[in-house]
Amino acid sequence: MKFKTIESRDGQPNATSSRSTRFLGLCLALGVPILVLFAFVFSPKDDTMDDAVRLLYVHVPVAIFSYIAFGVTAMGSIFYLWKQSRWWDTTAHASAEIGVIFCGLTLVTGSIWGRPTWNTWWEWGDVRLVTTLVMFLMFIGYLALRQVPATPHVRAKRAAIVGIVGTINIPIVNRSVEWWENSTLHQQSSLTDGNLEDLTLFTWFLGTLIFALAYVWLMIHRFRVGWLSSEHDALGYGAAIEERKAEAGIDTEAQAQASEDGGPQ
Amino acid sequence: MTHLGYLIAGWAFGIGVPALYAVLVLRRGRKLSEVVPSDRQRWISSTEDQARIKDE
Amino acid sequence: MEFRDAWAIASKDLRIELRSRILTNQIAPYTLLILVLFGFALDADTQTLRDTGPGLFWVAVLLIALLAIQRAVKIEDDDAAKERMLLTPVHSSSVFLGKAIALFIQLFVLEILLFFVMLALFDLSVEDPLLICVSAVLATIGVASSGTLYGVIAAGVGVRETLLPILLLPVLAPIAIGATRTFGDAFGRVDADGWAWFGLLSVFAVVYTVLGMLAYGQLMEDA
Repeated sequence: MKFKTIESRDGQPNATSSRSTRFLGLCLALGVPILVLFAFVFSPKDDTMDDAVRLLYVHVPVAIFSYIAFGVTAMGSIFYLWKQSRWWDTTAHASAEIGVIFCGLTLVTGSIWGRPTWNTWWEWGDVRLVTTLVMFLMFIGYLALRQVPATPHVRAKRAAIVGIVGTINIPIVNRSVEWWENSTLHQQSSLTDGNLEDLTLFTWFLGTLIFALAYVWLMIHRFRVGWLSSEHDALGYGAAIEERKAEAGIDTEAQAQASEDGGPQ
Repeated sequence: MTHLGYLIAGWAFGIGVPALYAVLVLRRGRKLSEVVPSDRQRWISSTEDQARIKDE
Repeated sequence: MEFRDAWAIASKDLRIELRSRILTNQIAPYTLLILVLFGFALDADTQTLRDTGPGLFWVAVLLIALLAIQRAVKIEDDDAAKERMLLTPVHSSSVFLGKAIALFIQLFVLEILLFFVMLALFDLSVEDPLLICVSAVLATIGVASSGTLYGVIAAGVGVRETLLPILLLPVLAPIAIGATRTFGDAFGRVDADGWAWFGLLSVFAVVYTVLGMLAYGQLMEDA
């Protein structure tokens, strides 16, 4: 599905895809059905969770990559304040958006898994649930701030500070929720206790790999969209300046240029 | 298979939402790339892409 | 950075607030209204109100804080006050401290009012007054410093009223949880170690005061 949509139409610039993303897309298009096959057919059911374990092959990778995505946002924010480069700002924004999507999915798939397993859609006493929810809301605020019109540098600076402060807050939230109810329904990482069957382990690995590819693919495309979008904004400013100049009759060449730019639209 | 409804719902979200998001990102990118001049689209660097841009 | 500068800015903000009388004529009655609304929402059941009292108190404080922060930002927006402040040789961290102190004092006064009204309306008795006092002070420092920081981030944007709550409230989650627990312990309603929570509130207060002092200068210039 993804593969189809990135095929270039003739005579058009190739949008945000490139040879490497097409390759990644192909891997994803092949990998997702294989993952579904492994998750539903080849991997065995769990002794305690029964078939509900098959939900974890999507829940856990999504959770891991939502945390990674927010980590990348924090890193991008720090580097933006340090280097003031648009590259880092665009990276932070792209990663935050993907992180919010993955984080929302973590909450939804976790909830769907929790209903048959813990017999509840939501558990206020669970540290990870509540921390993830607060983190989700915090980064929704971050994205809302990014929608506010401002000059690129001001917007990037504000967003970077909110990104960093938000990330610093996560351990405090985690600690507070932990003390709050002092309980967790989450099992200790079942990956490390060594009683997993080979196929289960392989499916975990495959799921993580597929979502890693999905994250990278989305990152590259979302980064390029962000880059194009700021180029577009800059173009808008430039065109407006040219127009004003043309109105004042400063430069006839600029006038010709401006009407040419405005032509195809 | 037990919990089939939950499984289908969970996987539909897990695959469907990223796929939908991917389509939206691609569409936004396509729209924007039609407006922004090719020489400002920095990642188009492979010779194949460059050649196609020159042809247009 | 000089504390005297910070105090000058704090007293300026407080004087403006006193003269405008918005605090006494609008925000204070609003706090009482919130308590009455909670009473309506939870039925006239004193037992429920007593159990949920600590949480309701801090929900009310957070709602008031949002209003007070908007006011503090508006003071700087009016009459190009911010530009003039930038022209003075006052360090940005002093400005931050000053604004946070003013916010703290306003919030604390409102909290005292809210507290005694709540004691009467919800029929609560205090078991550990010291814990109440120190945890309220620290939680309010946390709210005031993070509120001042996020206030300047949301300053100057057209959607300030709606942006500030979604930015600030998730960040204040540890305060909401921690202060509720300490109050619950101090009222003898829940079995929690209030003093451990007190530690968490102090960490929050310190972290946000330091972050605010560091970041405020960057943000003030272009807000």
